[in-house]
Amino acid sequence: MAAEGSSSIDALGQFQLHPALGVIGASVRFTQSNLMMVVAGLAVLALLWVGMKPRAMVPGRLQAAAEMGYETIMSMCIDNIGLEGRKFFPFVFTLFFFILFGNLLGVFPLFFTFTSHITVTLALSLMVFILVTAVAIKEHGLHFFSYFVPQGIPVALAPLMVLIEVISYLSRIISLSVRLFANMMAGHVMLEVFGSFIVMLGGLGLLGYFPAALSLGVNTILIGFELLVATLQAYVFAVLTCIYLHDAVHLH
Amino acid sequence: MSQDNGGSDPSFEDRLTIARRKQGLDVPPKPPEQDGIGGSPWGIGARIGVELVSALVVAVAIGYGLDRVFHTAPIFTAVFVPLGGAAGVVNLWRAMAPKQSDRG
Repeated sequence: MAAEGSSSIDALGQFQLHPALGVIGASVRFTQSNLMMVVAGLAVLALLWVGMKPRAMVPGRLQAAAEMGYETIMSMCIDNIGLEGRKFFPFVFTLFFFILFGNLLGVFPLFFTFTSHITVTLALSLMVFILVTAVAIKEHGLHFFSYFVPQGIPVALAPLMVLIEVISYLSRIISLSVRLFANMMAGHVMLEVFGSFIVMLGGLGLLGYFPAALSLGVNTILIGFELLVATLQAYVFAVLTCIYLHDAVHLH
Repeated sequence: MSQDNGGSDPSFEDRLTIARRKQGLDVPPKPPEQDGIGGSPWGIGARIGVELVSALVVAVAIGYGLDRVFHTAPIFTAVFVPLGGAAGVVNLWRAMAPKQSDRG
C-alpha cells in the first residue's frame, strides 16, 4: 500500500477499512476488520475443539496449548479476584483469547489487526467497565458508591476526593482501550515505515542496498517484538479486567 | 487414576509442580506473572503515560460537556483540568505503589 508513491510513506493506509466478502459484504458493510474478528473467534474455537479432541492423558502440542491457556486464565482469575473469580472465568477467557488471536493474526502479512482500531478496543473496554460496575452494584447495592470515598480522609477534603476518584474510575475506560490500541497501532506503523524504507532504499541503486538490508534487519526484529507486544497486551488487558473485577467484588 | 483426581488433590498438585520444575516446564509461564503489568521499562513508561493522560482526557471531557450544557464557557473545564491531573496521579499511585493492595 505504501509503495504506490515512492516519495512519501503512507503508514496509516493499512488501517483503512474495506468491504470484505465481495458484493454481499459490501451491501451489509462487512469489513475486513469484521472478517478478522470472525476468523479470530473461529480460531479460538478450533484451538479448543481440535486441541481437546484427543483427551489424552499425556497431551499433544495442541491439547497442551489449550490446557495451558485454560489453566493460566483460571489461575489468573483466582489469584487476582479470589475464589469468586471462577464465576468470571468464561468472560476473562473469551476476552483474553479474542484479543490475543486478534493481535497475533495481525502480525501475519495481509491480515488486518482489528485491535488497532480504537473503536474496537473502546467497545471491549466499555464492556468490561459496564460489567465491572454492574457486578459491583449487584454485590454491594448502593454501598458501592462508598468506593469513591477513600477511608480516613478529612471531611473537608471529601468532595474533592470524590470527584477525583470518580474521574479516576472513569479513566479506566480510556486507559484500558488506549493502551491496547496504541501498542498495536504503533507497532504496525513502525513495520510499515521500515518496510517502505526497504522498498525506497532498494530502488536507489547500489548505494541503497546496505541501508535497505539494515531496515530489513530492523523489520525482522520488529516482528519478534510485535509477537511479544501482542501477547503482553492481551495479557495486560485480561489482568486489568481481573483487577477491576476484584475491586468490584471486594470494594477497597 | 481415579484416586489421583479424588481426595489427594494437593499432594498430587505438589508432585506435579515438582516434576514440572525438574523438567524445566514451569519456567516459561512464570516470568509474565512475576512482572505484573508491563514488565519491560518500555511497557512501564507507556503505562505511566496512558494512566496520566487518560484521567486528564476524562476530566476535560466532563468539564467541556458541563460547559456546553450550562453555557459557562471556561469555568468547568478550568476546574476539571487540575482535578484530572490529580486523578492521573492517583491512577499512577495505584499502578506503581509498593505492594500493599488492600487499600482500594
